[in-house]
Amino acid sequence: MKINFENLDSTHIDVLREIGNIGTGNAITALAKMLNRKVDMDVPKVKVMKFKDVSEILGGAEIPVVGLLLNVEGDISGSIMFILKMDAAHILVNMLMKRRLEECREFGEMELSALQEIGNILASSYLSSLSSLTGLSIMPSVPELAIDMAGAILSVPAIQFGEVGDSVLYIETGFFEGSTRVVGDFFLVPDIDSYGVLLKSLGVIS
Amino acid sequence: MENIIRVGMADLAASSHPAKLTTLGLGSCIGIALYDVKTKVVGLAHAMLPDSTQARNRENIAKFVDTSISALISEMEKLGGTKENIIAKLAGGAQMFAFRQSLDLMRIGHRNVVAAKEILNKLKIPIVSEDTGGNHGRTIVLDSETGILRIKTIGYGVKEI
Repeated sequence: MKINFENLDSTHIDVLREIGNIGTGNAITALAKMLNRKVDMDVPKVKVMKFKDVSEILGGAEIPVVGLLLNVEGDISGSIMFILKMDAAHILVNMLMKRRLEECREFGEMELSALQEIGNILASSYLSSLSSLTGLSIMPSVPELAIDMAGAILSVPAIQFGEVGDSVLYIETGFFEGSTRVVGDFFLVPDIDSYGVLLKSLGVIS
Repeated sequence: MENIIRVGMADLAASSHPAKLTTLGLGSCIGIALYDVKTKVVGLAHAMLPDSTQARNRENIAKFVDTSISALISEMEKLGGTKENIIAKLAGGAQMFAFRQSLDLMRIGHRNVVAAKEILNKLKIPIVSEDTGGNHGRTIVLDSETGILRIKTIGYGVKEI
């Protein structure tokens, strides 16, 4: 069966959503361990959405964001993008570096590499849960980081996906540490054949 | 009131004078700004991919450099523009992430620029200026009064071409 994003039925989307939930849960748990803090997590919002609407969710195509991009290889291929708004990025870096949370220093080499490490942990724990769920071999590349306009950052996965469709699986995840809320956004951009592989491995399609 | 028309990703628009056409946050995508120097008819396309003939899904003609340029010209002609009077300016085509592998898809920004130049040359539309490549995003505004393309960035200043 040829899977096309536009013709996914609601069962398929539910399955992808559940994969998103489980993966994000694992990713946040891994992050909490790394930060050595107890965090509470929101139920992730998972939706299939049009690329042209994505930057609106982030607050507009022009606002600066931190983008982390990894390529995925193995039985499925594609990429994962993790987006943090600047305030959330500052809070995460401050947590990791044990600074006061409201500090807002300019990102230097240390801070950028901390963000890259956060991306690494989130993505690899996400993928390892996906991998054990499906029995597929899935390997991430080292994440690349860029700080720029949301639209420009998002154009990269949008183009990758644009070859075959106009929609993307979008996961908004938030967690609390005390009264501080940090929100990050995941975008999963498997290439189109990988949806079939993914759904087949879970027995959803034959 | 100023007539500002926003062009989204994989989208295009044309307008008669007076108008400002803008597209926000160009990354690897390319902004193709066309201007009829006689009638001041303007057109702007925000294309994502170089070549529609390589794509499996080509429903949206504004997504591709080749199809968006021809669609944009015919939109401008409907508004009284003439191909012979149209000039072009290009912006965008950046490489946002510095992946070491020379994956074709990663160099898409560069390929978009090359494709736009090829097609404009073929149509004998002169490219008078460009601000392409690099590794940063751009927001662009095309003004029908002057034909100036204003480019805003984060950390790389503002320029007019």
